[in-house]
Amino acid sequence: MATSTRTGRTSSFSRNSSSFSPASSSPLHQQQNPGIKLGPNASAFVSSGIPDLDRILGGGFLLGTLVMIMEDSDAPHHLLLLRNFMSQGIVHRQPLLFASPSKEPRAFLGTLPSPLSSSSSSSSKDEKQEEKGLRIAWQYKKYLEQPAIDPHSKDVKQEFSNDFDLRKPLERHLLGAKNIECVTMQDSSSLAVIRDHCSNFLTKLPRNDGSNVGRIAIQSLCAPQCGYTEMDWDMVSFIRSLRAMVRSSNAVAVITFPTSLLPPSFSKRWQHLADTLLSVGSIPDEDKDLAKLLTGYQDMVGLLHVHKVAQINSQVPVILEATTFSLKLHRRRSLVIERLNQAPVDGSSGTSYGTAGSCSKSSSVDF
Amino acid sequence: MNSPSNLLDDALGPIPGPVILVEDRVETSGAFVLHHLLKRSLAADAGGAVVFLALAQTFSHYDRIMRKMGYNLSAQRENKKVLFLDMMKLEYPSEHKDGLIGLYAKIQSAIESRSSKENITIMIDDISLLEIAARGSADDVLDFMHYCVALTSELGCSLVILNHEDIYPSGEEPPPTLHSNLEYLADVVVKTEPLLTGLAVDVHGQLTIIRKVVLNEKGYSASKISNFHFKVKENGVEYFHPGSQR
Repeated sequence: MATSTRTGRTSSFSRNSSSFSPASSSPLHQQQNPGIKLGPNASAFVSSGIPDLDRILGGGFLLGTLVMIMEDSDAPHHLLLLRNFMSQGIVHRQPLLFASPSKEPRAFLGTLPSPLSSSSSSSSKDEKQEEKGLRIAWQYKKYLEQPAIDPHSKDVKQEFSNDFDLRKPLERHLLGAKNIECVTMQDSSSLAVIRDHCSNFLTKLPRNDGSNVGRIAIQSLCAPQCGYTEMDWDMVSFIRSLRAMVRSSNAVAVITFPTSLLPPSFSKRWQHLADTLLSVGSIPDEDKDLAKLLTGYQDMVGLLHVHKVAQINSQVPVILEATTFSLKLHRRRSLVIERLNQAPVDGSSGTSYGTAGSCSKSSSVDF
Repeated sequence: MNSPSNLLDDALGPIPGPVILVEDRVETSGAFVLHHLLKRSLAADAGGAVVFLALAQTFSHYDRIMRKMGYNLSAQRENKKVLFLDMMKLEYPSEHKDGLIGLYAKIQSAIESRSSKENITIMIDDISLLEIAARGSADDVLDFMHYCVALTSELGCSLVILNHEDIYPSGEEPPPTLHSNLEYLADVVVKTEPLLTGLAVDVHGQLTIIRKVVLNEKGYSASKISNFHFKVKENGVEYFHPGSQR
């Protein structure tokens, strides 16, 4: 409505309105492309595939940035993040380039999780919430269910981020899509091959074309299987050029790497090159002290640290309230990321205070 | 200018002249010091010009940041006050020495073509990326740096370099690296570090500024060290002494 009046006017505002057209038509834009969310400072986000992580990072992974995940040698939690990232892209029909040190990288696609079906869990959750909020007479319930039958929402889920069911593999017909490319890093003795793959992939996704968003996922870049030994400078140079290429295109790249295999100074160089830097960690089994300290210790599968959050077009760093989060599986299905919650100190087990303060017998003065 | 003087400007002392080295860490980016110096060297009363070697970020990134600080970088580029060299995709296929020599020639010709060679600042965003582009050949980068430093003494321009402190091996007796060489060359070293207590919303980190002052001709020199906290905002940075913030 507003645009029609604006086009009729030939004032000095005309150029402005054209340059702001993506913003002013944002609802329409988002309808066309649910995979993109516009953010502050002329940035755009794509979902990481984990709604909680999107929230923590302020909207998701910034378009045109490089996300790096530091692996833990004891646990493969980085694969959880990588799988959800890839699945989200496939669900949104976005082009995907996957590089892996394994011989058959396409086999990894078979392990990708499928979005939680709307009938089973997400809609029932919504209904529950609605019921909680509204509490209406039961005979009106049939009206509530109507939006769920809406063909649009059932056929293709047009949401920015989905919850994924880790137990259910992604449907086959989605994996056969033409725009999914898999590369193994085992055959090539130099990084030039994978670099060319990336640059070919990214040239199809120019920055100003807002319709198409691509994802690059690189698993365990410096793993020994790749055979990139004594190629520290080549690897860091590859990351640098990948970063530059991604910056000028409509894509996000995620690289996971085992820090323990890199010399410390190179590990730091890699971390500097990352726009968003995350690390995953395992939690020791049956660590009694930790179990006492944190609530929900039994449900935790691992830890996620957020070291750096990408910031484009602004000099202000993103300071999070917490940098360590727990990775949990909700009903053994979907990945949930929560802040660590300290367990309340049990009053009955406060005997340690008494023994510690043995010099002063008046234990009641305990703060 | 937002304020007549702030702690950073006081600590840096008058420019032009010196070679300023900014060192940061993974936890706290030192890019804001660069933005501040960029704005300062372009300031109207100084009438300066800047040659900007961007290896870390794109022009639009800097343009938007400077715009929030009240400065139009695009207009300055059109006025030829800013020469922006986008080096993000710089690669040296085989004989990489030519690449750096070519780069130096570009800078030199840009500076010599200016009528007044005063108040020109050469800024290098992230020299560690230049090291990466040269495939770890620190000697080549050092040669390049020596040329640039020679330019500053010949033509009276100044040099601002950003580097990372934590990417070089440290210890009792670390081997000579690009880092130690740069620290030796620099007249002023600005270090950004996170607080020991971790990240905070009110204090983003601390700055340590080491200014090497030569007192007299006998070569008797001393360095002046100042230390304070900072908080980065969109339109500038707040500097304050530890504990003095309201």
